[in-house]
Amino acid sequence: MQKIMIDPITRLEGHGKITLFLNDEGDLENAYFQIPELRGFEVFSLGRPAEEMPRITQRICGVCPEAHHMAATKALDDLFHVEAPPVAHKVRELFYMAFYVTDHTTHFYALGGPDFVVGPDAPAAERNILGVVAAAGMEAGLAVINCRKRNHHAIKMLGGRAIHPVAGLPGGWSVAVTPEMRDELVRIAEENVEFARFSLQLVDDIVLKNQAYVDLIVGGAYTTPIHYMGLVDANNHVNFYDGKVRVVDPDGVEVVRYAPHEYTQHIAEHVEPFSYLKFPYLKAKGWKGFVGGKESGVYAATPLSRLNAADGMATPLAQEAYEKFYATLGGKPVHHTLACHWARVIEMMYAAERMLELARDPEITNPNVRNIPTETPTEGIGIVEAPRGTLTHHYATDANGILTMVNLIVGTTNNNAPITMSIKQAAQALIKKGEVITDGLLNKIEMAFRSYDPCFSCATHSLPGQMPLEVEVLDASGNVLKRLSQYVD
Amino acid sequence: MSNQNGNTKPKLALYWASSCGGCEISVLAIHEKILDVAAAFDIVFWPCVMDFKVKDVEALADGEIDVCLFNGAIRNDENAEMAHLLRRKSKIMVAYGSCSMEGCIPGLANFTSRDAMMQFIYHNSPSTDNPDGVEPDPDWAFPEGPAPLPKFWNTVKTLDQVVPVEYYLPGCPPEAEWTETLVMAAAAALAGEGELPPPGSVIGNKDTVCDECPRTKNEKKIKRFYRPYEIVPDPDTCLLEQGIFCAGYATRSGCGALCPQVNMGCRGCYGPNEGVDDHGARLITGLASVLDAKTDEEVDAILDTLPDPAGYFYRFGLAHSMLHRTDVAHAPKRDGN
Repeated sequence: MQKIMIDPITRLEGHGKITLFLNDEGDLENAYFQIPELRGFEVFSLGRPAEEMPRITQRICGVCPEAHHMAATKALDDLFHVEAPPVAHKVRELFYMAFYVTDHTTHFYALGGPDFVVGPDAPAAERNILGVVAAAGMEAGLAVINCRKRNHHAIKMLGGRAIHPVAGLPGGWSVAVTPEMRDELVRIAEENVEFARFSLQLVDDIVLKNQAYVDLIVGGAYTTPIHYMGLVDANNHVNFYDGKVRVVDPDGVEVVRYAPHEYTQHIAEHVEPFSYLKFPYLKAKGWKGFVGGKESGVYAATPLSRLNAADGMATPLAQEAYEKFYATLGGKPVHHTLACHWARVIEMMYAAERMLELARDPEITNPNVRNIPTETPTEGIGIVEAPRGTLTHHYATDANGILTMVNLIVGTTNNNAPITMSIKQAAQALIKKGEVITDGLLNKIEMAFRSYDPCFSCATHSLPGQMPLEVEVLDASGNVLKRLSQYVD
Repeated sequence: MSNQNGNTKPKLALYWASSCGGCEISVLAIHEKILDVAAAFDIVFWPCVMDFKVKDVEALADGEIDVCLFNGAIRNDENAEMAHLLRRKSKIMVAYGSCSMEGCIPGLANFTSRDAMMQFIYHNSPSTDNPDGVEPDPDWAFPEGPAPLPKFWNTVKTLDQVVPVEYYLPGCPPEAEWTETLVMAAAAALAGEGELPPPGSVIGNKDTVCDECPRTKNEKKIKRFYRPYEIVPDPDTCLLEQGIFCAGYATRSGCGALCPQVNMGCRGCYGPNEGVDDHGARLITGLASVLDAKTDEEVDAILDTLPDPAGYFYRFGLAHSMLHRTDVAHAPKRDGN
């Protein structure tokens, strides 16, 4: 038996580790994905006042603190039995859309995009954001930097801080939008729409017009039919801020559409001894192990999943892109995990258009952004779509609003089982007896999980760089037979 | 590697231990100035962005790294091994950000225990389905071979509780201007064009968030506390005067008083102001002087309106504090600072 370790891939608030076992014939015997860290927010938050949770739980992730801040804030509305004024919901969503535009931008250009814009078989040294700039032009590079800058400015304006914002309160938001802020936000949103249009065009010109890329996307190594989860509005359109969680099966048929309060009826988390991260699954189907298909409870929660789980997009340009997506890839649902990158750009367009709608909403400058809770707090559940998957915060308190129970199902956690399966699938397709393990193999294993934008990659946003991968091939006695690494000069 | 004049550039390393990634984002938030940093230094290790490996660090001579920015707390064996390795290889070790400097919010775990976390997360949480009582096993082996997991500590430690540290950069995360100040000052000093502050210094302002907060301050006499959701504060008056807890009076300035400016109290992420070691103790004593009370009973009545005082006073500084963790019998010996 040979053991191949890929460690570290990089962080998920710690490390992710891939271990591949080869049998004596040199074929893949098994592949495992391990998360070696635990932080315990569910437990050390107990005894704290519930209203502090938007400011505590965002320290789970400094790359997407806005998602935890928002899920916590919505859980507090529910916990304190208070409805935020309509304008407060709009300001929150406006803030959240600015976050989505910048987060999807950085993933697409710095992490996922290079595999397509530059090419999966391009020299490793070019498969990065600089390669994207070289292929797409300096205009693209500057557009990416400016997009991040203006949206971080919007986040700070609306949330108080660009990293770890503070404005969420039960019953509202601590910041009202002034007419001056509104004018600036309209301008930022308009630029975001243009940037999303530019990005969709880039997908068209560089990816879709290249048959080799299309073949790669629809090829078997990255195609896993499973269930798909996403938040939808009343019309079953994709929504990031609010709605019901809809799950469709591998044929695209709705299997459940649940409100936040019902999450424990539908989702359970399986524990394995080899990882600190649990494996959520659909209760109705049960945990059947790391397998896909209609009878398995495994589901994914990604941009692709959200598109699959919805009936469309709520804004015109995003809807146009959505229709083209399914027309090009052979109808719904799409099972090609690499199509996640394209789905992400469609979502970027939706976030930009929605941000513009909200910024232009005549009510957005209404200063009444707070309702004061008057009921006794009990229990609350808040769900938003984080960029990396459906995010659930569940709190219970005593009558004084002091936390007695905290349960969190975090974006990437949803995808723990699918990531494990995608890695194994790619490894099975690529590792064959007698074949030399090459740099290209490493990148293609990377591509299997990179499409999920798992949180261990999110920290590499925005600068030239790649997931550092190192593969050691060991014989049965643990002797290193071969050591390969990529992106090392 | 040499610069254009043929001189060897100083070496810079960046590392994250137990952290959220926000410190990494804060380094990137210096935007185009990152190019100045890349021009001034050879970056020899930055797992978040570049692909140098631990073995590359091991291959360096001791002290060969000029400056190491280390963020994140120390919480498992691997974090500690990396802290020792980078300390040995670095001339200047900087505790970058609140986690490495004082434990930050994840340091609140020192109010509880590893066992409590394992019990809830893998057994008792409402979504966990674990009929066989499985837990992650540090000595795990698959049928095909071993694949161990790192052991998770019971106690969160700051960087200087594990290795000596030269400088501290406060904040959760540090504001970009201070990151820039620190790195460029180090570059200048290493080029012989300036002097570094004395070892042990905190890089930042010396006064408090109150000193840079634009809200109007009068004499503070608090009759009761209000929780942030209970009232809509006057936008121009000091929040603490209005009974909303704000840690600005005992917290180092440098952030620009961002939170009070959006009507939310400071929580103390920049740590204590200059000359104060235990942030929580200073917050407690400072608060005592603003209560409108004449008797112990009146003091108690006012403090009863502030729930979870430990969680407010030690929100960011528990791991560094004299308290360190709730079970003091098991608190490790402190060294340095």
